[in-house]
Amino acid sequence: MDYAFAAEVVALQALRIDTATPYRERLVEFWANHFTVSRRAGYGVASTVGPFMRDAIRSHVTGTFADMLVAVVLHPAMLSYLSQTQSTGPNSPLGKQRKRGLNENLAREILELHTVSPAARYSQRDVTDFARLLTGWTVERMREPYGAVFRANAHEPGEKIVLGRRFGEGPAEVEKALRFLASHSATQRFLATKLVRHFVADDPPPEAVTRIEAVLTDTGGDLAAVARALPRLEQAWKPPLSKLRAPVDYVTAALRACGAAGTEFAQVARNGCDVLHQPCWQAEQPNGWSDRAGAWLGPEPIMQRLDWCYELAGRFARLEPMMVLDTALGPLGRTETRQALRGAGSPRDALALLFSSAEFQHR
Amino acid sequence: MDGLAALAPYGDAQYRELRGPLALPEPGQEDGLLDCGGFFGLAPQLQNFHRFFAEGSLLPVHAIAGPYRNRSHFEAQDMLESGAPERLASGWLNRALEATPPVPQGQPERGLAVGYDLPLLLRGAQPVGMWAPPRPVRPPPELYARIADLLHADPLLGKAVQEGLRGRGFAADALMGEPRAKGGFVSLAASAGKLLTAPNGPRVAALEIGGWDTHANQNYALSRVLKQLDEGIAALRGQLGAAWAQTAILVMTEFGRTARANGSQGTDHGTGGVAFLMGGAVQGGKVLADWPGLADGQLFEKRDLAPTRDLRAITKGLLRDHLGLSDAAVAAAFPNADGVVAENRLIR
Repeated sequence: MDYAFAAEVVALQALRIDTATPYRERLVEFWANHFTVSRRAGYGVASTVGPFMRDAIRSHVTGTFADMLVAVVLHPAMLSYLSQTQSTGPNSPLGKQRKRGLNENLAREILELHTVSPAARYSQRDVTDFARLLTGWTVERMREPYGAVFRANAHEPGEKIVLGRRFGEGPAEVEKALRFLASHSATQRFLATKLVRHFVADDPPPEAVTRIEAVLTDTGGDLAAVARALPRLEQAWKPPLSKLRAPVDYVTAALRACGAAGTEFAQVARNGCDVLHQPCWQAEQPNGWSDRAGAWLGPEPIMQRLDWCYELAGRFARLEPMMVLDTALGPLGRTETRQALRGAGSPRDALALLFSSAEFQHR
Repeated sequence: MDGLAALAPYGDAQYRELRGPLALPEPGQEDGLLDCGGFFGLAPQLQNFHRFFAEGSLLPVHAIAGPYRNRSHFEAQDMLESGAPERLASGWLNRALEATPPVPQGQPERGLAVGYDLPLLLRGAQPVGMWAPPRPVRPPPELYARIADLLHADPLLGKAVQEGLRGRGFAADALMGEPRAKGGFVSLAASAGKLLTAPNGPRVAALEIGGWDTHANQNYALSRVLKQLDEGIAALRGQLGAAWAQTAILVMTEFGRTARANGSQGTDHGTGGVAFLMGGAVQGGKVLADWPGLADGQLFEKRDLAPTRDLRAITKGLLRDHLGLSDAAVAAAFPNADGVVAENRLIR
């Protein structure tokens, strides 16, 4: 199982290095982080995260948000990660017989992290009722059909009210609730803010958020339309380069700048993400990796980034550093950085200086 | 952290029925609680904590919470470290450092974060140091200097690199000759003790331990992390040596958990919980609590331990009586909290 997980990680790292569609990979990365699952939760996630990425995230990156939400929530990886497999309707036949009850983890995080966010001012009652509605969905690991299954005998009977909307019983009502949450105005506002924070600036410019929110509203949550709108935002191109590259992005960028091949350097990328504190699919909390510079800017983590790039530079010391700079940064390379590269004692030092430079660490 | 598990009110008539599968055997029984005065008992993994309690250097504070009530980890953690009912850009410990005497140029900062992340608690206007276990391959010092020079004008990276270099210079001296720390809370805590006792070492240090989000099979999950916490604090004390007598350690968490077990032998996000204050400087040996009770009507929203004490009363008391901050400086560390009165008699 560890072997399979490791193979998935290496395959993803190789794809990031080799991809001919890097913007699409960034969208995949963004949505996978929005819907974080982490191997820290154990076997249930480690054994399903590869299919989760392919079937729930990648296949919907240019589809609709509602379809992605339904695919994600009802995927074995998410059902395991947020303890839905542990939740039983207390008044269901199974709940009464085995004296089991609710686990509200998935319900709470869908509201807080995946859809409406606390801005929608939902109550504990909403969380509990949504958890009651989700009961029945679990993961079958022992016999066919393997995967996500709905067990009617664990489903909490009765009506549930989530954010003022009434829902009945059964899996169709669960999907109805998810589609209701996906199209909620608070969700669109929340997603627009997160997208602009990721692609434009840590403090999202309000006009840009409003624009993306309008695209989500007007298109019924069409993520392809959002993907087209983001690079057309005027604010996305305004200097200065304000986003600090998170470790995954930094490691991938450095390897791509060196012309590395995924087959050869995927393991290096994996180790880089590990030592720079962003190990693949191992976020500490369900809110995933931070999209703000402050989270990655601790003095010691920045020092470790310098150490890592010096180590990497040692592997590519036969390259011409100024050519790497032109390939990676083009007109963004500053005069000071070019001077520093020319004055470096060795190609290795020069590459380390390039990867340390402000314009390389930002985007 | 589930406060009702870490320090169980086994003397409460509702305890056993309410906690069900999570209730632990009474003191004296096999794998039983470690008694703290006949009503409360520490989880059996907290053996060193119990030793500190017996010698009067552990003060558990129960039924405590910050001002936040909404059960989101992320908000609760930020507000715990902000020291306010809203997210602030700086942490209360960083603001408290403003009032402590400045260090001469070139000397290590007054605050030190131990671990790979700079917690919000220590972020803010006051510069702080950081220490983490080193990686083996490093650039030569002159290349570090060139990099620092290249980045000095960058508003974000320039400052981080300067502080990183200073933090390492200091930490490398203090840790000379030590075997390489392996990471993990126990070795991090031992390193913190070593760094705090170094000549010109920091005045305060902060470190984190995770693993408290016990939604399922809590008894097992919690036993591992409680043991690490217990051994880590013991290792910290071991490194502090004689300085233990002047030390106060606060163990705090973002919220307690539901009083009842959930459907999977775990607990969900709750409200009131426990904090532990300990060290040679602490007036311990008793449990500080206005116990709210565990009956249905006594629980917060019929599900969580009701908080009867504001965590900021403890942190304010600590800043005033241990770090010697003026009332004005304490108020600056905890803005808009005039109604929260600093607890007396925490410190010897």
